[in-house]
Amino acid sequence: MTHAHEVPGDAAWSAPVRAGRTITLTALADGANATMLIIGTDRLDRLNIPDTLKSQMSARIKPGMVLMSDRGLALATVIASSLDWHDCLTGARPDRLLLLELVKHGLGEADLHGCVNFFSKVAVADDPRASLAFVPDHAHAGDTVTLRADQDLLIFVSTAPHALSDGTAASVAVQLEPPAHLETPAHLETLVRLETPVHVEDPELREEAVRALRLTRELIA
Amino acid sequence: MTVTATTVALDSVVEAGDGALVTVPAGGRLQIVDLYGNQAVDTLFYDAHDIDNRYSAFDTIREQRAVFLTIGSRLVSTRLDELAVITDDTCGRHDTVGGACSQESNVIRYGESTRHQHACRQTFLRYGAKAGIGQRQLTHNINFFMNVPVTPSGGLTFEDGLSAPGKYVEITASRDLFALISNCPQVNNPCNGWNPTPIQLLGWW
Ligand SMILES: [Zn+2]
Repeated sequence: MTHAHEVPGDAAWSAPVRAGRTITLTALADGANATMLIIGTDRLDRLNIPDTLKSQMSARIKPGMVLMSDRGLALATVIASSLDWHDCLTGARPDRLLLLELVKHGLGEADLHGCVNFFSKVAVADDPRASLAFVPDHAHAGDTVTLRADQDLLIFVSTAPHALSDGTAASVAVQLEPPAHLETPAHLETLVRLETPVHVEDPELREEAVRALRLTRELIA
Repeated sequence: MTVTATTVALDSVVEAGDGALVTVPAGGRLQIVDLYGNQAVDTLFYDAHDIDNRYSAFDTIREQRAVFLTIGSRLVSTRLDELAVITDDTCGRHDTVGGACSQESNVIRYGESTRHQHACRQTFLRYGAKAGIGQRQLTHNINFFMNVPVTPSGGLTFEDGLSAPGKYVEITASRDLFALISNCPQVNNPCNGWNPTPIQLLGWW
């Protein structure tokens, strides 16, 4: 069944999500930010941002990308988004909101790991150090991102403003939905490819991402 | 306590694919020398008195508002404590976005035949164990001498290193530190010029 929840600004929230379900985040005001940590239900295999980026030759999270774990498995796939840039290079706001949420699950400081700042963009300059600048008007009310859980997950969300933003916190709606149909392994792969919006410059997933999806399905099976 | 008298406290070679766990006291200087050039040195830093207070790649990137590390880069922890500062660098820039290789990610990236090749994650776990560093304590590391360009359009690539024989980087510890080092054994991409080679560690404290 569908579960809908509104996370107010400057709050943290967490939930277990079963494999196959979709997670849709919706910005409820301009400038929203949703910082997400993802951990497998073994509470150890975490989202690994470097492996995710290397495998897909991207320094940002965009539709069509598979979010990979430390053990090289698919945790979730970004199946749709109204934005083609979600920051994953600048970490969570250091306000300990996520830490308190981790503690509820028996986790702690050692589990503060690479995260995705959904709805936020930090621009990269073409200079020798790749200087960074927060883009203040990136997300608007109504922007969405939808992930599909590729295995059972624990997700942690903080709606604190992006650490480089001087704007105010905004609420984010979360909707968890069951799979529309029983997916066969072939469907999963097709789903990723078909729902990748056409504005993504390279809609074909790289071979590594497809391999991560295949290995995850074997693991769940 | 900051150590002021400095003597050569460390001078060792880490063979290609091997690793090290070095305790660097506050004020101590650790130099990593790329003896043969183009060698990625995967490195993690921990507060020696509290390993949960560990290096954080993305907090470090955000606090310095730049992706690459070089002279002046403050290496900060998840608590935003300064663990160390890069105080000398003849290479020019270092990566902290590319992470470490692991047996599992090698399988994803290069196929099942690489499953049992040696990988940095194995080295981190092997040398970290004596300091209580296990899987949960690992995090996204620094790759000294590695070149992973990030572009304004949000692209990321692995390229041949900017390093050359004899180039070195020096960090000065801001508190007592563990430096956990994996001299990367990767042979499936250009991060080591397809040929992993030894490095030298020099320490003064
Ligand atoms: Zn490696």
